[in-house]
Amino acid sequence: MSIEAREARQPWILLSPSLLVITLLLIVPVLFIVVYSFWLRTSVGDVQPGFFTDNWADVLTDRFFRDILLTTLRIAAITTVICALMGYPAAYFIARAKGNKALLLLLLMLPFWISYIIRTMSWIYILGTNGALNTVLQWLGITSEPIQMLYNETTVILGLVHFLLPFMVLNVYVSLDGVDETLEDAAGSLGATKWQSFLQVTLPLSLPGLAAGGLLCFVLGAGTYITPAVLGGPRDAMFANLVYEAIITQLNWPLGAALSLLLLGVLGALVMLYNYFLGMGQLMKGLG
Amino acid sequence: MGWQMIRVWTVLVYLFMFLPIGVVVLLSFNANQFGSFPMTGLSLRWFGELFDNDAILRALRTSLWLGTLTALISTTLGVLASLALVRYNIPFRNTISTILIAPILVPEVVLAVALLLFLQFLGIHKSFTLLLFGHVIFTLPFVILVVQARLVSIRRDVEEAAMSLGASPIQTFFTITLPLLMPAVAAGGLFAFTISFDDITGTLFWKPGGVETVPTQIFAMLRNSISPEINALGTLMILITAGLPLLGLAISRKLAMRRDRAD
Repeated sequence: MSIEAREARQPWILLSPSLLVITLLLIVPVLFIVVYSFWLRTSVGDVQPGFFTDNWADVLTDRFFRDILLTTLRIAAITTVICALMGYPAAYFIARAKGNKALLLLLLMLPFWISYIIRTMSWIYILGTNGALNTVLQWLGITSEPIQMLYNETTVILGLVHFLLPFMVLNVYVSLDGVDETLEDAAGSLGATKWQSFLQVTLPLSLPGLAAGGLLCFVLGAGTYITPAVLGGPRDAMFANLVYEAIITQLNWPLGAALSLLLLGVLGALVMLYNYFLGMGQLMKGLG
Repeated sequence: MGWQMIRVWTVLVYLFMFLPIGVVVLLSFNANQFGSFPMTGLSLRWFGELFDNDAILRALRTSLWLGTLTALISTTLGVLASLALVRYNIPFRNTISTILIAPILVPEVVLAVALLLFLQFLGIHKSFTLLLFGHVIFTLPFVILVVQARLVSIRRDVEEAAMSLGASPIQTFFTITLPLLMPAVAAGGLFAFTISFDDITGTLFWKPGGVETVPTQIFAMLRNSISPEINALGTLMILITAGLPLLGLAISRKLAMRRDRAD
């Protein structure tokens, strides 16, 4: 074999283990559950292969599923907006900070390393009936009895914001960091107020980061079932909780397959839309 | 909005992120037996009880094994793939990159269901193996992103110099590239370990009955009641998942400083 041919083959040898693993453990399984979602769970609990549209008819027409899907999208949207409002100024501050930028960035990375389940449950200690807030309120004499603040949609959103905010701040920071600071000065010297130069120069240039952060917050938020399970009440299930129920509790796997494909379809469409308009580059910058 | 207001806002955002975690850590040293406020005194007793609790120790062992094996496999695969992406001009680069990061783009619940049902169909039931497969697949893209980012900054000409002096490509890799790559390998491995150690979304789908990892153990304990042991376990977990990367960062900084001095 010539040296050129060997050179050309080398990268494929290096890539093949990863590509093989992802093909066999992700791509083929996703295609498999597409087929599986047309199979049927019989009354005795067996799964009958074939082409039955029952699961899809259920998933697409049942009001219960549709309502929870809409609730899930609404919760994810509210979470994303709150993350953007809270995160943008913080990201701006980090990007423009002079002194302790390294420390601020380290503190921003830290939540990614602190366990998701711990961060989620920590709100029980803040808002629970024996939590910090109730203790303080009673100690101050504002309330005499503990107030039930937990286990509703608001606490689910709170938990999601707490989980997803670092993703937003990081992505906005990455794009703001790439914006030349002197551009704002230039706008200023041409007569723009600080606010104007921010709105017309900096903000538009940071929109890709904001969009990347928003996409991550929305997709990760809409796909979770742990946060509603820990911080929500019995009526605050999100769509992924339905998938969990179908697969783990009811053992109706074909139905679970159809439900998870619907979730993939909705969130996948969003990712595709993002990719079409903005490309994956910005997202990769924020993740790496 | 003035700069001062943005500063105050940022401080509040950081408080929002860290205050609740601080409360968990604080309460793990609480002497009171309910694991909640008020604090009645400082004590290490809940850490002691942690190590008397067989279920928790088993979960800890499972998580450590799973994290270590996941890190080994993902890092090996990830480093090889990153080398190909950074060091070679390959056709279809964008498509390949997209495939490699696909596990991040697919919601983890969907990934969990797909892998579970497919492997079950092949006769591989819920098991440690299934958990390991799952953890490898969703840590791999992160390893590739991290290693790739570091690999770009390693200069190519040192390798070329070694080759021109007669080293074979394999010799060059082991004596030149790999040592230079070590920080990237370590970072990737650490990243894979902490992601695996922390995972609950996929793990709850893949774990066999009776097997718990630390996060699923905490999740199960939360359903019963809040016990002070959870806080101690939580603090231990923070120590592992945040302490390890911080330690790694400190070591790499120290090494970099020594190297600067040597120059």
